[in-house]
Amino acid sequence: MPKVPGLFKGLGVTFGTMVETITHGANTVQYPHVKEAPPVRARGVIALHEGNCTSCMLCARSCPDWCIYIEGHKELAPPRRAGGKPRAVNKLDRFDIDYALCMYCGICVDVCPFDALFWSPEYEYSEPRIADLLHDKSKLGEWMETVPAAPELEVGADKKGKK
Amino acid sequence: MYALLSSIPYWGQTILRLLGGSVAVLLPAGTIVYLFLFKMMSFMQSRLGPMEAGPYGSMQLFAEVGKWLQKEDLMPERADKFVFKIAPLVVLSSTFLLVVVVPFGPDAWITNFEAGVFYALAVSSVSVLGILMAGWSSANKYSLLGGLRAAGQLIAYELPMILAVVGVVIQAGSMNLQNIVVAQNAGSIFGWDGVGNPYLLTQFIGFIIFMIAVQAELTQTPFDMPIAESELVSGYMTEYSGFRFLIFFIGEFATAGVFAFIASVLFLGGWGVPFSWFGWTGINDVDNWMNVGGPLIMLTKMLGLVFIIMWVRFSYPRFREDQLQRFAWKILIPVSLVNIVATSVLKVAF
Amino acid sequence: MTLIGDRQQLAYIASQAADARVNVELETEGMTLNIGPQHPATHGTLRIIARLDGEQVLWAEPSCGYMHRGYEKLTEVRTFPQVTALVNRIDWLGSFANEVPFILAAEQLMEIEAPPRAQWIRTILFELSRIANVSLFLGDLGVQLGAITPVFFAFRDREYVLNLIEGATGGRFHPNFDRIGGLKDDLPAGWVDETRAVMKKMRKFCDEIENLLFGNEIFESRTRGIGVIPRDVALQYGMSGANLRASGVDWDLRRDQSLPMAWDKVDWKVWTHLDGDSYARCWVRLQETRESTLIVERLLDTLPSGPVMTKVPRIIKVPEGEAWVSTENPLGEMGYYVVSKGDLGPFRVKIRSASFNNISIVPWLLKGVYVPDIITILASLYFILGDIDR
Repeated sequence: MPKVPGLFKGLGVTFGTMVETITHGANTVQYPHVKEAPPVRARGVIALHEGNCTSCMLCARSCPDWCIYIEGHKELAPPRRAGGKPRAVNKLDRFDIDYALCMYCGICVDVCPFDALFWSPEYEYSEPRIADLLHDKSKLGEWMETVPAAPELEVGADKKGKK
Repeated sequence: MYALLSSIPYWGQTILRLLGGSVAVLLPAGTIVYLFLFKMMSFMQSRLGPMEAGPYGSMQLFAEVGKWLQKEDLMPERADKFVFKIAPLVVLSSTFLLVVVVPFGPDAWITNFEAGVFYALAVSSVSVLGILMAGWSSANKYSLLGGLRAAGQLIAYELPMILAVVGVVIQAGSMNLQNIVVAQNAGSIFGWDGVGNPYLLTQFIGFIIFMIAVQAELTQTPFDMPIAESELVSGYMTEYSGFRFLIFFIGEFATAGVFAFIASVLFLGGWGVPFSWFGWTGINDVDNWMNVGGPLIMLTKMLGLVFIIMWVRFSYPRFREDQLQRFAWKILIPVSLVNIVATSVLKVAF
Repeated sequence: MTLIGDRQQLAYIASQAADARVNVELETEGMTLNIGPQHPATHGTLRIIARLDGEQVLWAEPSCGYMHRGYEKLTEVRTFPQVTALVNRIDWLGSFANEVPFILAAEQLMEIEAPPRAQWIRTILFELSRIANVSLFLGDLGVQLGAITPVFFAFRDREYVLNLIEGATGGRFHPNFDRIGGLKDDLPAGWVDETRAVMKKMRKFCDEIENLLFGNEIFESRTRGIGVIPRDVALQYGMSGANLRASGVDWDLRRDQSLPMAWDKVDWKVWTHLDGDSYARCWVRLQETRESTLIVERLLDTLPSGPVMTKVPRIIKVPEGEAWVSTENPLGEMGYYVVSKGDLGPFRVKIRSASFNNISIVPWLLKGVYVPDIITILASLYFILGDIDR
C-alpha cells in the first residue's frame, strides 16, 4: 500500500515551512501592533467634500441598497455682480451614509458629477453599536483628510482618465 | 535515595506519589499543547500562533483553561445524564492509571510493577470505554458514529501495539518497565557498549508499528476518524462543552505524553544514560542524581517522540474507516507477528 | 487505466448491493443523518439528508435554498450598473468572474464592444479570480480530508492574489470593476510587475499542495476511484467546468466560444482527465490553476495600450432584446439570460450558475458510498453555496 516517498514529501513541506517561519518570520501580521497599508484604491470608507455637493441626489438614487440619506434646501445667495439678482443655491442639511447597509460597490462615487465623494482606504471605524455606523456629514467630511491622491496608471494606459 | 524514601511514613509517600503522578500527566500535557499545538502547528502553517497572553503567548494555555471553566456545562436533553457526565473522567483516569507504571529514574517511580507492560497495555484500553460512553450517551448521531468508530479503531490497534511490545519483552526478558530500561542501558551491541542497546535499533520494526498504533490510539491524524471534524463535526466530543470538553482535551494530550513516555522506555532507553559512561553495572550502582536527571531525560525523549506524532498529525489527511481496519489487520498485525518470530529466533540463536 | 475501470465497476456493484440489501436481506432500521445545514463540510448552509446503513449511504438528497437571496428577482428592480454590485455576491470567492458574463450580455444588447485593453484586463482579472477561487479549493480539500495545513497555505497565498485584485479594482472580494463598455479605471502603475511575481508564488503554492496533498498516498487512497462520474452521466446531469473535464469531456467555454475576451489571443491548454473520480477532479483543478497563472503571464506580455472605456451614454438604457452569454467560471459554466425592454434595468434575468447543476448529481453519486466519502465527493465536486442558491 503506502509507498514511502509521497508521505515523506508531505512531511518535508511542513518542516520546510516551519524552518522558514522561524528564520524568515511568519506571513501573518500582528494586527493591532502592526498594520498593513491597504492599496491606494482600496474601498474603505467614503469621504464627502461638502463644498462640492449640490445635493443633486444622484448618489442617493443610484445606490443599490439606498443607504445614503440627503436633505437640502434652496437658499438665496448674494448676487455675483453688484446689482444682479440673488442666486438660488442648494444648501446641504443632511448627508448620511449608513455603513451598516453600504455594500461598498462604489457606484455613488462614480456617479457624482461634481466630485464631492471620494474613496479612502481607511478601514478602522467599527463600532460597538450598529446605529453609530451611520456617519453624518461632519464625520464624512473628516474622512477627506485620509483620501490619497489617485495612483499613477500603468504603462500603456490612456492618460486622460478622470479623477 | 531509597533509604530516604522509606524513612517517610506511608501516607507521606502516597502524597508524594499523587503529586508526582499529577505532575507527570499535566506537565507534559501543557508542554505538548503549548509547544506543538500552539507553536509548531502555527509555524508549519506560516503563522505565529497565540502571541498576546504572556511573552510569546506562553500564558495562552491558562487563558484557555479559564475560558473553558467559565463556559456553561451544556447537556443534551435526551442524553444519558450520568454516563454523559462521567465519560470524560473515565478517559482521563485511564491516563493517570497509565502513568503509574512508568519509571522516571532509578528510584523515581510510582509503583515498580513486575507485569508493568502488561498492565499498561491493559489499562490503556479503558479510555475506549470512556469514548464509547461519551458517544453513546450524547444522544447525537454524529457522536454515536464517532464512538463506534473509536471503539472499532482502538480495538484494532491494541493488537499491533501489544504484538510490537512483545518483541521488546522477549529481548529484555522481563515485563517490568524498570528492568527493560536497565536491560537497554546496561546492554551492548556486539560487545560495544558506547550507547548501550536501545531497542530502537534492534526492534526498529516494532518501534514503527508501536508508533503507528500509538497514533491510532491517540486518534491523531491520519487516524482521527472518531473525531473527524469535517465529517462528524467532532465525533464523540460534539455535545461536550466547558469543563467536560476541557477534560477530554487534557486527556488527549496527556495520553499523548504518557504514550510517548512508554515508547521512550520501551525503545529509547527510558530515563537512563548508557551505564558504561559512568562505569555502572546495574541498577544498584546508579547515582542518586539520576532521580533528577532521569525525568529530564525522559521529558526530552518524550518531546522528541511527540514531535513526530504531531508532525505527522499536521501533515497528513486521514484514512477512511475501512482502510484503517485493513491497514491494521492486513499489514500491521502480520508484520508484527513476523517481527516476534524473528526476535525470538535471534534471541535463541545469540 | 484498467485499474480505474475495475474500481468503477466495483463502485457500481457496491451501489447495487446496497440497493439489494434494503430490498431483500434482513431489514435493519437505517439511520437518517442530516448533514447540515450547519456542518463544517458544507461551506455554508447546504443540507444533505442521508439514509445510512451503518456507515454506508443508502440514498442521499441535497436540500438547498437555505441561503436563497433572490438575485434574479432583485435584478429586475435595479439599473444595469447596479446589477454588477449584486451579482458579485453569487460565487463570492471568484466574484469578478460573475460580473463578466452579465456585462457581456448587456454589451451584446447594446451592440458595443469594450476596447482591446479592457478586454485584456478583464481576462486577466477573470483568471486572477479563478486562481483565488481554486487555490482556496485546493486548501479546503485538505481540511475536508483531515489535513489541516493546506488550508493555511491556501489562505496565505490567496492573499497575494486578493491584494492584486484589490490594488486594481479597490475591492478584495467584490470588485464591481466592470462597466458596460469597458472598465471603471485602468491598472495602477507597478501592477503588472507585481502580478508577475505573484504568479510565480502561486505556481510554488501549487507545487507545495502537490507535494503535501496530491502526492500523499493516504490522499490518493481516499480519492482514487471514489465518486466516479462516467462521461455520459456527467453530460446528462449538465455538469460543467472541471467536473466535466475530469470525466474526459474536452469542453472549455474559454476556448470553445468566441467572446470579446482575450483568451483566444494566447496559447494555453485545456486539462482533462479520463478517470472521472474525485482525484481526477482535484487534479484537473490543480492543473488549471497552474495554467491560469501562465495565461495571466502571457496576457500581461501582450497587454495592448489604449483606452479602457468606449463611448457610452452617461445614463445607460439597454435596447430591447434578449441575450444569453455564458463563460467558463471557476466553478463551471455560468451564464446570464438577459431580457431588456429598453429600460434602465433588465426586465428579466435568468442566472445559470455552475454549482447548482454540479451538485444535482449528488443523489446519484452518493448511493452506496461510505460516510467519509460523502465529504470527499462533496469537496471534489466543489460547490459554493452562493452559487447554488443565488
